[in-house]
Amino acid sequence: MKSKNPPASAGSQASAIPFWRDAGKRAFIFQLAALFTVGGLGYYLFSNTQANLARQSIATGFDFLNKEASFEIAESLIGYSAADTYARALLVGVLNTLKVAFIGIILTTILGTVIGVSRLSSNWLVSRLSALFIEVMQNIPVLLQLFFWYAIFYEAFPAPQQALNPIKGVFLCNRGLIFAIPEAHNAHTVMGWILIAVLVGGWFLNRWARRRQEAIGESFPVLRVTLFMALLLPLLAWVAYGTPTAMNMPELRGFNFSGGLSVSPEFSALLLGLVLYTSAFVAEIVRAGIQSIGRGQIEAAMALGLRPGQILQLVILPQSLRVIIPPLTSQMLNLTKNSSLAVAIGYTDFVAVTNTTINQTGQAIEGVAMIMAVYLLFSLSTSVFMNWYNKRMALVER
Amino acid sequence: MKFTKIMVLTIVIGLLLCTVAQAGKDLDGVRKKGFIQAGVNGGVFGFGMPDEKGVWRGLDVDTARAVAAAIFGDATKVKFTPLTAQQRFTALQSGEIDILTRNATRTLSRETQLGLNFVTVNYYDGQGFMVLKKLGVKSAKELDGATVCVLPGTTTEQNAADYFRNQKMKWKPVVIESTTELSKAFFAGRCDVLTSDASQLAGIRAVAPNPDDYTILPEIISKEPLAPAVRHGDDKFMDIVNFSVLAMINAEELGITSKNVDQMLKSKNPIVQRFLGVSPGNGKALGLDEKWAYNIIKQVGNYGEVFERNIGVNTSLGLKRGLNALWTDGGLMYSPPFK
Amino acid sequence: MTELAAVRREQLKPPVVDIGVIGWLHKNLFNTWYNSILTVCMVVVLGLLLPPLFKWAFVDSVWYSSAEACHDIDGACWSVIPHNIRFIIFGFFPEGQEWRPALAMFLLLALVVYSRKRSRWQSSLGCLWAVSLTVMGVLMYGGIFGMPVVETSQWSGLPLTLMLSFFGMVAAYPLGIMLAIGRRSRLPAIKSLCIVYIEMIRGVPLISLLFMSSIMFPLFLPEGISINKVLRAQVAIILFTAAYIAEVVRGGLQAMPRGQYEAAESLGLTYNQTLRLIILPQALKIVIPPTVGILLSAFKDTSLVVIIALYDVLKTTKVTLSNPKWTGCSTEAYIFLALLYFVFCYAMSSYSRRLEKELDTSY
Repeated sequence: MKSKNPPASAGSQASAIPFWRDAGKRAFIFQLAALFTVGGLGYYLFSNTQANLARQSIATGFDFLNKEASFEIAESLIGYSAADTYARALLVGVLNTLKVAFIGIILTTILGTVIGVSRLSSNWLVSRLSALFIEVMQNIPVLLQLFFWYAIFYEAFPAPQQALNPIKGVFLCNRGLIFAIPEAHNAHTVMGWILIAVLVGGWFLNRWARRRQEAIGESFPVLRVTLFMALLLPLLAWVAYGTPTAMNMPELRGFNFSGGLSVSPEFSALLLGLVLYTSAFVAEIVRAGIQSIGRGQIEAAMALGLRPGQILQLVILPQSLRVIIPPLTSQMLNLTKNSSLAVAIGYTDFVAVTNTTINQTGQAIEGVAMIMAVYLLFSLSTSVFMNWYNKRMALVER
Repeated sequence: MKFTKIMVLTIVIGLLLCTVAQAGKDLDGVRKKGFIQAGVNGGVFGFGMPDEKGVWRGLDVDTARAVAAAIFGDATKVKFTPLTAQQRFTALQSGEIDILTRNATRTLSRETQLGLNFVTVNYYDGQGFMVLKKLGVKSAKELDGATVCVLPGTTTEQNAADYFRNQKMKWKPVVIESTTELSKAFFAGRCDVLTSDASQLAGIRAVAPNPDDYTILPEIISKEPLAPAVRHGDDKFMDIVNFSVLAMINAEELGITSKNVDQMLKSKNPIVQRFLGVSPGNGKALGLDEKWAYNIIKQVGNYGEVFERNIGVNTSLGLKRGLNALWTDGGLMYSPPFK
Repeated sequence: MTELAAVRREQLKPPVVDIGVIGWLHKNLFNTWYNSILTVCMVVVLGLLLPPLFKWAFVDSVWYSSAEACHDIDGACWSVIPHNIRFIIFGFFPEGQEWRPALAMFLLLALVVYSRKRSRWQSSLGCLWAVSLTVMGVLMYGGIFGMPVVETSQWSGLPLTLMLSFFGMVAAYPLGIMLAIGRRSRLPAIKSLCIVYIEMIRGVPLISLLFMSSIMFPLFLPEGISINKVLRAQVAIILFTAAYIAEVVRGGLQAMPRGQYEAAESLGLTYNQTLRLIILPQALKIVIPPTVGILLSAFKDTSLVVIIALYDVLKTTKVTLSNPKWTGCSTEAYIFLALLYFVFCYAMSSYSRRLEKELDTSY
């Protein structure tokens, strides 16, 4: 940057040079003008808005957050009823957005990786089909895909009274997918805790194994051991509690199914559309990442006698991940932002709840500002993570 | 580079050429423009929906036409903007439209917090429920556990929440932004119940694939006085809109229709003479042509005609006058004297 | 002798598994044991899926029947498209005037196709564009030559989609370049303004900008002034796309080695000249692939205007489908629309690949 600075001689000859020829002063005036223009424009819009709001006596401020929302929300991760406040309704919306984004990100990563790798497969059929998938999904607007899946969900599936029942305890109808879940039992909580403990243990095991390998050069099958323990220990706990097998079965009562867990058509359509659309982009990123590794590296690794699994783990992944992760994060962010299209198919995400709030309170400015703030928060925290990640990668690179 | 410059220039000029509409105070603005911009529903048969030829039809649409007839003497000097439930009030607040005739319910908070003025009610409505006949539901009290299709951000949504809370019944809302999409989801069986204003339910049922499969439950759970609205701030314009609606009601009270209005001009009844501007005064008071009421009746019709034409018993909606009959027939339609 | 020759010829032939169909199959589908399993699985899945799909789409389907006839068949009801094609493509454009948007669209596409060769990028082409855009505007709006005026509020369907995306791309590109240069500027105020703008816009979903343009922006303007709804959405799309283009172009600018600036400076070029003649031509070239990605997104994203009730081609399709007569034909109509979008996007991305190859001067 320094090299592009204006010539330092400008100051000494200031008296001789008219100010519009002086690069330093010109730059200063130019910036001042730009700031004034932007500030002036901002002030102009602000004062117009103030005048408009005052003239039409539209309420302003965030007082409405404490008022009773008095509308119902179909899906909620936390307890909510129409008697709760707008603030709580908006929180429900944020959580719904996070829910679809979280599940979507996991599924997209898996599907995108599978397709990206298939695209490079030596199997002609597999690689052609993946290419077809990528081309088709990338070139159709995601909103159209959402409409498509939603229409399929409620037009092609039967009413709850004639629900499809492929296996016991699973029902498929135009109210969504309803399936049995295990009846709540102490054993499940314990099993969950054990699983977490095993995963934490696995992390420590991994550190120990790496240090040991650096010291004496022997490797330790961390992944296999951890996976084995993660399956075995919760199972043992389950047996110890006397193998509780009671299931919470869904059954048709009145209009709808009660019991079990149900996934609404809105949520399914949104998830399906977002995952299919985004995974096409992720597949391309994964492919580029793998292709960025020179053929020579793999051959060198083979020459050293590494097994294919080891090559993937020790040679390919660490390098290609550095290429893959940054664009992958931005795709994940895109998925989160695209989840705002939920409003078009009736899934009550944050935008949909805010939309209703705006409509009831008439406070459009506050509402849109909140939408922007929440999504900005998402993306800012992602870029904080990215900076941290890049720094870490840079350290490894030395 | 020359190529780029020419391109950029073209685009800039193109953008500048796009219209930036200029208006003053509401009434002056409307006069200067030469037409009224009316916000309508766009998706409710009988109230505001384009027919196959793209011509707007409906009770709300005709109300806007009446205002145009009053101001310009020409009922066609009105342009319609279809609005979603969410956009409607902002569109009015911001001046994008001059008058909102989009089956909006008059409520206290809308008059105060939203800065709107509602004028005389042009349709008294109430919220009802529509279900599939097959389900065998006879009363709204049997709807426990039902999935209910409802428009988001409407009084309907709040009423439904209140009703189910009051009755201690569980329900699951399905919210979709547009009336047409919502009714499509209902017909496809996405929900058991569709709740909306009773008139709208009739309109939706009228266009259903098999109208006889659906039944509207007897309970009316709310009061929904639907009225045209204008912005705060121009009382003269509000008076005109208000009396345009009233003129249609008054004409029905006086027995003046679009067919007999020309003969009525010769009427000896001083009330009729005053109303139709034969003896001047009313027009001047409103700042309009003395023929304003005549123009409304001649070009649009009286309230009864408009009602029967769009939603009456002979249309596919088949609505009875009910609360919307004249006060002399046991309804609520009542016009103050035009003097 | 002859026997021997026959044997020799026999020997000269490569093994049968290496050539022809079998060889190809062996090399591409059955080269390892897991590839063989994969192939078999794929073939089975395709065999289960494709025939019913084919039967649905082509055998049991109807193409020109009435809506009522559609209810009695098992296959696809493609009739929904020919019956409603006028409304899907032209929306509210007055009946009998459809030739005008059709001609305008044809003109636009023809010009785009004509401009694809780089040798034709001269100032005369710029004039041609200027003239044609004016002609298109006149065609759409009318008012002269006996063509009735058609308000912008009646512009809908495919012309609206094309208009929003074309101007969205063309206007966002230079704006994005300016923002990218601003972000690399050594003037702190300019730099921070550009950074704030780019990061703000990139951090929020397009739909929030569209909401802003549709329900909030009118409150920003002084009393009595209102700007056309379509234009507001157009501006939102431009502002949104420009921020993304700026980020891409910045990547290209950053890839330029310092030596290029210094060499230009030592030749006595001013800052503007350096950018215009040295830096931008190279930087823009290396970012063609991501730029096209952004432009494609911009094209697809115009469909979001559905949410603020503008009647683009997706909305007109939905309106058609909301007619109870055609309920149940959503799949068919959406597939048609998907094909439409696919053709446009695919054409654009293939063109970009060719342009990239043409401009590739590396060796």
